[in-house]
Amino acid sequence: MRRLRWYLLLPAVPVIVAVAAALLAPWVAPSSPTSGNLAARLRPPAWVQGGSVQRLLGTDLLGRDLLSRLIWGARISLLIALAATVLGAVVGSLIGLVSGYYRGRVDRVVTKLIDVQLAFPFVLLAIAVIAVAGASIPVLVIVLAIGSWVGHARIIRGLVLSLRERDYVQAARALGARTPRILFRHLLPEILSVILILATFDVGRIIILESTLSFLGLGVQPPTPSWGSDLRDAAAYVRQAWWTSVFPGLAIMVVVLGVNLVGDALRDALDPRTQSRARA
Amino acid sequence: MLQYGVRKLAHTLLVALGVVTLVFAALRLSGDPAATMLPGDASVEELVALRKTLGLDKPLPVQYASFLVGAVTGDFGISFRHQQPALGLVMDRLPATLELAFAALVLAVVVAVPLGIIAALNRGRLADVLAMAFAVVGQATPYFWMGIMLILIVSVELGWLPTSGRGSFAHLILPAITLGTHFAASLARLTRTAMLEVLGQNYVTTARAKGLPERTVILAHALKNASVPVVTLIGLQFGTLLGGAVVTETIFAWPGVGRLAVQSIFVRDYPVVQAGVFVLALSFVAINLLVDLLYGFLDPRIRTEDAA
Repeated sequence: MRRLRWYLLLPAVPVIVAVAAALLAPWVAPSSPTSGNLAARLRPPAWVQGGSVQRLLGTDLLGRDLLSRLIWGARISLLIALAATVLGAVVGSLIGLVSGYYRGRVDRVVTKLIDVQLAFPFVLLAIAVIAVAGASIPVLVIVLAIGSWVGHARIIRGLVLSLRERDYVQAARALGARTPRILFRHLLPEILSVILILATFDVGRIIILESTLSFLGLGVQPPTPSWGSDLRDAAAYVRQAWWTSVFPGLAIMVVVLGVNLVGDALRDALDPRTQSRARA
Repeated sequence: MLQYGVRKLAHTLLVALGVVTLVFAALRLSGDPAATMLPGDASVEELVALRKTLGLDKPLPVQYASFLVGAVTGDFGISFRHQQPALGLVMDRLPATLELAFAALVLAVVVAVPLGIIAALNRGRLADVLAMAFAVVGQATPYFWMGIMLILIVSVELGWLPTSGRGSFAHLILPAITLGTHFAASLARLTRTAMLEVLGQNYVTTARAKGLPERTVILAHALKNASVPVVTLIGLQFGTLLGGAVVTETIFAWPGVGRLAVQSIFVRDYPVVQAGVFVLALSFVAINLLVDLLYGFLDPRIRTEDAA
């Protein structure tokens, strides 16, 4: 393991800020994210003429404080991203483990399934499911996890396929260790760092996908604040109020950028082998 | 090469069957389409009647079989809103979507491949850092925000280009940039990595040692060999591009399949959603077949590799 240099941790700053905002939303948000003051609608940010310090980033069409919506939105967006990432990583890794370890018929079915899903643009899959299941946060989490398990399954399967031939695994088997013990005691620790790296990149991807679906009106529904659904409303009156479109998008971009760079740093520090595989 | 082509075609057909199955599963297992299609205050009788019309009262295998037949014969039912066959509506809009995706693809390749090469040749220097900064930021920017910002800056503030619709070349520019940037970002990264890998190979050293001009070394020796992963990514990413087209079309009111499918969800025009998803997914499968064939052409080793 190479040394983690301090400046590589700089990208973690926006991530930490966003997580803190999400956790502390009720205490740090200057006002309510959902109740607006119609008399104060479309107020510009504080540094623009007509803005005020009470509404640092201005207000939206319904007079809601933009900064407060961003802070509460962090809570929803990050929570969904985290839940979907964990679900996708756990399911995908398990399938990859089992498929790579057992090989044979199980593996053939899994690889075909992976092939098929990779042949299916994710947004379309999401549209098909949400068209019937309806847009809600649990549906969103499941759909996003469906979109992310494949990446894990494919890479973990490949790793396990070669790891299972290692001497120590053979030795464990020869000593009579049972399959679950081999999978979780011997193989899992070996691949944990890869899972962690993949999951980090997934968080970024999933934040973008969640905001995309919410932007299309297929994700988080108003009045719940989320960065993507806020942009959906804001896009309609971008001419009148640029700030309502600029800030939520900036939040998404900076956080995703931070997460991805942290992922790069993690990957370089933990596992140089996956360098070109984890991300293309 | 012929044998390779046949094998790839067979694989593609299998994947296409899988895609159809996945569409079926996504649409039938995630809820009751009849309940989704009817307004909230519909009576139970109406629900039962609609289920019968749609064939949802039959057992799943029968439904699956008739869905397959429908998919093969292009019968996805009649659009409620437009009172026309759903597939026809979708096919009418497919050219617009393909035009957009193709424009974005060309734009991305034209920008990203040279960028990746320049970055690789100047590894660690300013050009490399700038190119990769572009790539990293591009990958972190959601399509839709990119689109809104372009509209804000280029159309609203500067008044240079139209904000929506399709028609002239000017209409195509902003949507293509919106859709292409994300792709260009990952393509630039990959081109750089592939070039760096190839530049370290012995045959490149040999080519240089025998005194070939650097341009020939880069273009004829390095680039051709670096192109295999790049072409693969282009193929794989075309699906993402089609997905991104859905979003881009929505922002720019581009009259394509994606926008139609999304709008149809909100008006519960279920056959159109189904046909739209199906056609886009199948276009992607077809593109991947093309890429696979191109791949076998670029690197003859691949033709024999997975035959065993």
